[in-house]
Amino acid sequence: MSVATEQGAAGRPEAIVPPRTLEPTTVAVGDRLPALIKQPTTRQLVMFAGASGDFYEIHYDNAVAVESGLPGVIVHGYLKMAWLGELVSAWAGPDAFVQRVEVSYRGTDVPGDAYRLEGQVTGVSPGDGVTTVELEIWGEGPTGAKTTIGTAAVQLPAAGGR
Amino acid sequence: MLSLEAAVEKARQYVGLVGPAVSMTVERTTIRRFAESIGDPNPLYYDEEFARATRWGGIIAPPTFLCLLLPPLPAPEIDFGTVKLNGGSVFESFRPVRPGDVIIGQAEYADVQAKQGKGGGMLIFQGRTRYTDGDGHLVAIGTGTGIQK
Repeated sequence: MSVATEQGAAGRPEAIVPPRTLEPTTVAVGDRLPALIKQPTTRQLVMFAGASGDFYEIHYDNAVAVESGLPGVIVHGYLKMAWLGELVSAWAGPDAFVQRVEVSYRGTDVPGDAYRLEGQVTGVSPGDGVTTVELEIWGEGPTGAKTTIGTAAVQLPAAGGR
Repeated sequence: MLSLEAAVEKARQYVGLVGPAVSMTVERTTIRRFAESIGDPNPLYYDEEFARATRWGGIIAPPTFLCLLLPPLPAPEIDFGTVKLNGGSVFESFRPVRPGDVIIGQAEYADVQAKQGKGGGMLIFQGRTRYTDGDGHLVAIGTGTGIQK
């Protein structure tokens, strides 16, 4: 059991609901995306360092992080950006195409603190065969302070067509 | 330490500087590891059978996947301020990244601006990386903002 848990923690996370692609006609300005909650651990930061090639020590070596004036190791900015990509692509579904993710960093986040990703529809533009949905997206730590804010654009294929 | 005016003037000399191109061949394993490290369970990144039934006809990479290909860009040493911060980034994609793709990334020192903030002056740098495929088509553009103050 402990072996399985270990593999689970390092391997593919479990998908709970088979993802479906959103019908563009059901999307309206003001719609909120289902929140995505992450529980980052130092282990995850090490995995992301390996996967992304960002080996800056402040993301996994506590001594270096503290020497740099940080409270401890901090979550990669690119990991928070990737979570926002996940927030949008999980909501829009597998046939959607995430065109743009834009983020600004307003604060640091640490492993052990839950991180909450949220989004809201700000624009819906039907086009030829695709509808482009504009979103406001953000991430916040346990105090509710938005440490990552940004925008995203996702294309939804027209209903019925692929 | 340089004044803000002198610092931005020196930094401007580097605008347009282009670093060496680097390339990678995207593998299914690279995509899977990236998705696992985010904790993203989407079967589109792992499950060939599921992915084949989608519009893409096979596995694709998560939206900001190409952030793992960071081509080197010689950063100018500007004697200004004490802190360097990552201000943010933009990732624009023009098509999904797939296993087997050869992606070439090349970074450019795109812009520098001087700005007066509450705590004094700051330099705001922009680096831009263009990602193209083996046929020379644009796949994605990544833009990063760095702040020195």
